[in-house]
Amino acid sequence: MEPVTAGSAAAGPATAGPVVGSLDAAARLLAALPPAPAVWCSGLHKRYRRQTAVDGVSFTVGRGEVVGLLGPNGAGKTTVIKILLGLVRPDAGEVLLLGRPGAEPGARARVGYLPELFRYQPWLTATEVLNLHVRLAGAAIPTEERRECLALVGLAERAGDRVGGFSKGMQQRLGLAVALVARPELVILDEPTSALDPLGRADVRDLLLSLKERGVAVLLNSHLIGEVERVCDRVVILDRGKVTASGTLAELLGRRELRLRLDRVGAEAEARLAAAGHLTRTGNSFTVTLPADLDDSTVPGLVADLVALGVRIHAVEPSRISLEERLLDILRAGSGEGQR
Amino acid sequence: MILRTVLTIAALTLHEAGRRRVLRSLAVLTVALLALSAWGFSRLNAEFGGLTSGEARVAGSTVLNLVMFGLSLIAALGTALLAGPTMAGELESGIALAVMTRPVRRAAVLVGKWLGLVIFGSGFVAVTGVAQFVIVRATFGYWPPHPVTGLVLLALQTTVLLTLGLLLSTAISPMASGIVAVGLFGATWIAGVVGLIGEALDNDSVAQVGTVSRMVLPTDGLWRGAMNAFQDPALLLQVGTGIEESPFLSMSPLTATYLAWTALWIVLVLGLAGLAFQRRDL
Repeated sequence: MEPVTAGSAAAGPATAGPVVGSLDAAARLLAALPPAPAVWCSGLHKRYRRQTAVDGVSFTVGRGEVVGLLGPNGAGKTTVIKILLGLVRPDAGEVLLLGRPGAEPGARARVGYLPELFRYQPWLTATEVLNLHVRLAGAAIPTEERRECLALVGLAERAGDRVGGFSKGMQQRLGLAVALVARPELVILDEPTSALDPLGRADVRDLLLSLKERGVAVLLNSHLIGEVERVCDRVVILDRGKVTASGTLAELLGRRELRLRLDRVGAEAEARLAAAGHLTRTGNSFTVTLPADLDDSTVPGLVADLVALGVRIHAVEPSRISLEERLLDILRAGSGEGQR
Repeated sequence: MILRTVLTIAALTLHEAGRRRVLRSLAVLTVALLALSAWGFSRLNAEFGGLTSGEARVAGSTVLNLVMFGLSLIAALGTALLAGPTMAGELESGIALAVMTRPVRRAAVLVGKWLGLVIFGSGFVAVTGVAQFVIVRATFGYWPPHPVTGLVLLALQTTVLLTLGLLLSTAISPMASGIVAVGLFGATWIAGVVGLIGEALDNDSVAQVGTVSRMVLPTDGLWRGAMNAFQDPALLLQVGTGIEESPFLSMSPLTATYLAWTALWIVLVLGLAGLAFQRRDL
């Protein structure tokens, strides 16, 4: 499991110190270590009265990695994020942010956060809100860079206006600027496009891609699966407080499908189809689920064989399983088990 | 790091107080009270023209206490109503979420809020108090014997109430915390009056009510100390043993022990608020 290796890397500096005995050697050892992951959490548990919100959640977000957190309403996504940021105290479990224990305020020095419930001091101007956050973060950010940050989220024109007069969408844009202003190495975004119009959503997608280019790690909680699919390297799927699946998009969506419309399909041809992958048939429509390690000759080979077997081919349509279908599959399978 | 957070949040709180409507309404209320008292004092002097200088001092001293009570009420209610919403409101609305995820300690944020409110409350007491002294001086030619001590005690009274407001706001809703703080303030004042009646009637158990309430919430005790500092000592001698104390007349200054208790009370309540805030899930 990934968290285990990440954990031992993070524990490295602490155990190395006394053994080596020399600060220099320890520093060299530390420098030689790969950087600790942006987020490492293990065995997170949280109960609210009788309701278990988070139940044994562990995952990592590597440096520069964009990870999507998916799951139905009430799956515990926001609670997990709040535990990571020290807003909610977990009943059990450990958190390391950028290699430092999550309980230390200093661990959040290079972390930017856009809450699901985004509200900023209505009596301050947009610029003043950024100034406040820069001061609290203890970062030295030149005025020009702060202005650029506001321009990046499309608020350059409203920099001097009070936040109280902002629309929801503008406040969410401001929230993005707040999350990005103190040169973060990790950005945690909780539903960053919930109040944005389609144009704003596209802006956020570009922003996420530019963060990815700059090597900033991102943990993204979003209901918009298309958004997640386009920008995330990996996804973690939560359901009823548990991680039900996680992996890279290629791992989760590795399966491809081949939809065919055929007639004159004999037993031999059907066997040939079944040999290619899991086969489902409704009338003249056949769907073959192909394995992940598909090579370029599989589909043409199958088609040639079918023609040779006298099958008449009306349509052949290769397709990839979308993240949405996969997510629904996983969640349905999970609730099936739950009912049993 | 911690100091920077405290100062940043204190400055932010003062900024908020300056930009929100509460300051303007407080200013209007205060100016109205000051103007009314100035007019009243000048009428008093005109109606009872020919007061001897001694009589004028006694009248000035008594009326000053009455008006200062009004001012202390505005200061206490204003800050208590500001302290509750400022903290609980930010937690409820989500404004606190973005602030608390910065590399800051929650306790530092709380102390910063407290410091900002203390400066605001004390500044209000100082400005309005001095204005009131000048009015009484102009109309009656009376100047209180210990103006600074009195104002410091009033500022302390404001601090006590807003600290209580902060503690309540970490546990209950914004409006409720303000209302409960104000309610407790009123209750202690009434308990103080009840205690005085007990003393006058030589009824120890009734007198105890005032003593206990002054320990539990030191606002009334501090108010009585402030009154003593504003009073003309000659007045106290004149009144003698007949009336002893009244809600607007205090015979003795505060003891050092009581002041120490007040300081300890503030530290304890603020510490408790810090603990409650630290443990709370946001």
